[in-house]
Formats: sequence, C-alpha cells, structure tokens
Amino acid sequence: MNAFVHHFAFMFRSGIRNKTLLMMNYLFPLGFYLMMGLIMAGINPFFKEVTVPAMTTFAVLAATLLGIPDPLVNAREQGIFRSYKVNGVPAFSILLIPILTTMLHLAIIATIIVTTAPLLFDAPAPTNMLNFIIVFVSMAFASSGLSVLFGVISSSSRLTVLWSQIIFLPSMMIGGLMFPLSMLPETAQKAAMLFPATHAMNAFNGLAMGTAGDFSPWGSILTLILGGLVALALAVYLFRWGSHNADKKRTPLLAGLVLLPYVAAIFLF
Amino acid sequence: MIEPIIQVKDFRKTYGDFVAVDKLSFEVHPGEIFGLLGPNGAGKTSTLESLEGLRHPNGGSLKIAGIDPVQNPSGLKNMIGVQLQSGGLPESITVEEALKFFAAYHQVAPRFDLIDRLGLHGKRKAQYHQLSTGQQRRLSLALAIAHRPQVLFLDEPTAGLDVATRVELHHMMRELKEEGTTIILATHDMAEAEEMSDRIAILLNGRLAVTGTPMEITATGSQLTKVSVRTQNNILAENNANLPAVRQHTFKDGYHIYFSDEIGPTVAAIIDHIQTQQDNLIDLRVERPSLEDRFLEITNPGEKQ
Repeated sequence: MNAFVHHFAFMFRSGIRNKTLLMMNYLFPLGFYLMMGLIMAGINPFFKEVTVPAMTTFAVLAATLLGIPDPLVNAREQGIFRSYKVNGVPAFSILLIPILTTMLHLAIIATIIVTTAPLLFDAPAPTNMLNFIIVFVSMAFASSGLSVLFGVISSSSRLTVLWSQIIFLPSMMIGGLMFPLSMLPETAQKAAMLFPATHAMNAFNGLAMGTAGDFSPWGSILTLILGGLVALALAVYLFRWGSHNADKKRTPLLAGLVLLPYVAAIFLF
Repeated sequence: MIEPIIQVKDFRKTYGDFVAVDKLSFEVHPGEIFGLLGPNGAGKTSTLESLEGLRHPNGGSLKIAGIDPVQNPSGLKNMIGVQLQSGGLPESITVEEALKFFAAYHQVAPRFDLIDRLGLHGKRKAQYHQLSTGQQRRLSLALAIAHRPQVLFLDEPTAGLDVATRVELHHMMRELKEEGTTIILATHDMAEAEEMSDRIAILLNGRLAVTGTPMEITATGSQLTKVSVRTQNNILAENNANLPAVRQHTFKDGYHIYFSDEIGPTVAAIIDHIQTQQDNLIDLRVERPSLEDRFLEITNPGEKQ
C-alpha cells in the first residue's frame, strides 16, 4: 500500500512537472475552454448551453488520449518498465496509476470549468451535481482506459498519435460537443455511439444538465464503465515489459475487442 | 562445500530461429565477483536478463539462491539488485523520489546515505534528466543496492564515469563483496574485469569459451610475454636473431619489443648482449599477457597479438 501511495504521488506530481503532461492536463484544456467560451458562446447558442459538459468532455479527451499513451510507450522503449519489473512493481500498478492520477488532474479542471463557466460565459451550471460527478468519473475512466490500451499496443510514439486521433477528432466533430447529436443523419448518430464522448455528452445532458438526452443516459453510463473495464483488462493482458520482449506473442488486434460495449450500445440503446 | 548462489545449467535462449545462448553452464559462489565477458552478440545480455527474470529461458535451468527466476519472480525481487545499462527511470523523477519509490516496493527504508556516498549530494531534488550520465549511473547503482541484495548485477557499471567516480565505485564493489554480496559484472572493460573479478567467464557465440580466475585465463593461450627494451646506442638493432625463445620482434617509439615464450633466457640474453657491446640500458619492461590479450586471442583466433 505504501508503495502504491509513493507511486501514485510521484505520477501525480509528474503530471504537473512534465511540460508535455502539464500542457495536456491543464494548459490545453483550459486555454481551449477560454477561447471557445469567448468566441463560440457568442455565435452559437447551442454551445453556450453545453459549455460545461462539452468543455469537461474535451478536457477528458485531451488529458487522456493526448497525455497518457505517449509516456507509456516511452517508458517501455527506454527500459523503465524493465527496471520496474526487477524491482517488483506490478504491471497492474503501471497501468492503473496513470488512470487514477489523470482522473485527479481532470477533477481539478472540471471543478474550474463548472465554477467559472456560469460566471465568465453565463453558461448553465449542472442541475444535478451528483449525477455530473458520476458521468464525469465514468467518462474519465472510459477514456483513460482506452488511452492506456493505446499506450500498450503502440510500438512507437507516432502510432499513439494515430490511435488517439482516430478517437479524438471524430469525438470533437460528431460527439455532440459542438452541435447536437440529433442534427446528424441517423447513420452518423449510430456511428457516433462508437465514441465515449458521445455517451458522455448524452449522459451529461440527460442526467446532470436538466435537458433531455438523445438516448438512454444510464445506458451511456453503463457503456462507459464497461468500455473502461474492457480496455483496462485488455491493456493488462497485452502489456509487455520491454520493446523486444518476444516471450509474449499476443496480437494487438485483440485490442479491437474494446469496441464491444460501444457496438452493443448501438443496438441496445 | 559451499552451495553456489547462482547455478546455470544447460541454459538455452532462442529468438525465433536464432540461437542466442546454447548449453551454457556455470556456477557462482557466494561473495564472489564474477565477470561475464564476451563480444557483442555473445549472449551476455540474454543470460543476465534471464537470471534477472526479464526473459524466459528456452531450455536448461537457472537458480539464484535456489529460486527459479521464471517460477518465482516475486521471491527474487529482494534477493537481487540490478543496475541496468541505460535509462531505467522516468525523466521527471527526483533522486529522493526514486530512492523512496523503489524502497517502498522492496519494503525497506530509503537509504539516503547512499546519496552522499555516491557523490549525489546537492542533487537530492534534481530530476533524473537533469543529472549527468555519470550521476544517472550512480543513482542507478544506489537503487540497485539500497535494499541490500544478496546478488548484484552490474552491466557496464563504469561506462561514462570519470576516474574518481570509477575508483569510488570499485571501492564500493569491494566493500559489498566483503559484506558477502555476490556481484555479477558484465563489462567490456578488460582492465576492470581483471582487477575486480574473482572469476571470469568468456562467452562466444552463445557458448562458454573459457572460465576461471583472471590469472588462470591469462596463463593459458599462446603465453607469449612481452619484453620492451630501450638502450642508449640502440645496439639491439644489430643482433636480434640470436636472442633465445623470441617468437616475434617489432620496433616502436625507440623500443625493441620481443614476444618470448621463455622469459628467463630471453631477458638474460638481452642484458648480456647490452653489457658485452658496452651499451647502456635505459628502460626494460616485462609484461605478461593481459586479460585483454587473451580475450582477443579467444574472440579473434585468426589474429596474432
């Protein structure tokens, strides 16, 4: 337990000390939030209504998809995991602790957004704070799990960018952050349900913001939690201690199973 | 009879069709410094990493204090300390955090005394990437010995270190040995291996080429002793053919260099010749074959010294 606490404390401090992580955890989400609040809230009435959930979801996407995978790949390539292994650091800690520390950083960002958006941009605050927290934790867990999985299956930093952008860009475009999901063609709406951000926005709207969701908001919560659990389980299974570890021949294609909860959601909700 | 602390028996490691190590067997006794030498690709790293539990052997058996690194990696954790060749720590971790972090996983108190001992005072709050290469290696060593392991693996421990730190590190290795720590030393530095090791194994193409004490290893082979002589009037230039037991002769930087397989008669004849010809001896050096000479002889059998 003592070791886990030391590990957690070091990783949390790294999230502020490391310039790239500081950028992804704080500067980029907050900068984007201020810019969007100043520009979009004036010209897009929809955005004003969803500033808090949309910018919280954006912060989660940035800190997880852009912040988590690369350090994992670098640590593996630089022999850090091998050093951890001979000193008894369990693989589960290596994968779980970045998820927990990133969620803690994101809780700070979410608090800043929730408290300042009504004051700065006259954006509505959550009407049900408990549900807001539930949705936030579910989304942060789902996206962190996915990001850890990308870090585990990517053989290089370039690949982490590719995997992350496959989720990040469509989430921004069709995830309900910039305009309502209902404005999309039905097929695109179904396709959007493959992304955690769509479920997060649906659940935020349906459970925490006092508006209606586009589909079952509790179904979205279930999908996000299952998505996070499946991603974490796959990451543990596919984890390699070193870049040249030929002892473990498990195909990264298995990582595709992470889509299962989201595919099921298309048919169920 | 003392039980070996490390037992390697018929160890085999392959990567696909490539056989990195084949039928390797050796034993290391408690408190020994055991040098593991070999050219690149000889199988040193595969052997070390398998002993450390980082790789799975494809055959044979490995035991450290009776523990199989594959079957019981958690049992091995506090038994061994490993100074990895490069990196091994996150860039943003501080020296103090690193000591606390690894001590916590080994369930021991952090040993901050090692910070001063290894010349890292004033660097306690410095991040890993802010340390010089030598400081990074010293921190890596501090972390490897902080939990007082029975067996310490050192991979190129003095690479990139200045002379003073290298001497301090050798001093520390001797202290650890006196305390009973067994040290496996993988190095390309033959002088270091010869000076520090009680016994040495030289690997070649994944197999054990030779094993023994540095003296035993250097005593085998061609056994040519090098005699370098310089005189005032260079009288030796006129009469080399009559010197007994000389197998090879060269002249470099004012020195006549003889390779002799019977040092007594050769040196006696050289001195006698100088006195007879009324020349003055300026310098005479006798050097037995070094470990490096023997290593080159084993690893490049086609090339003469």
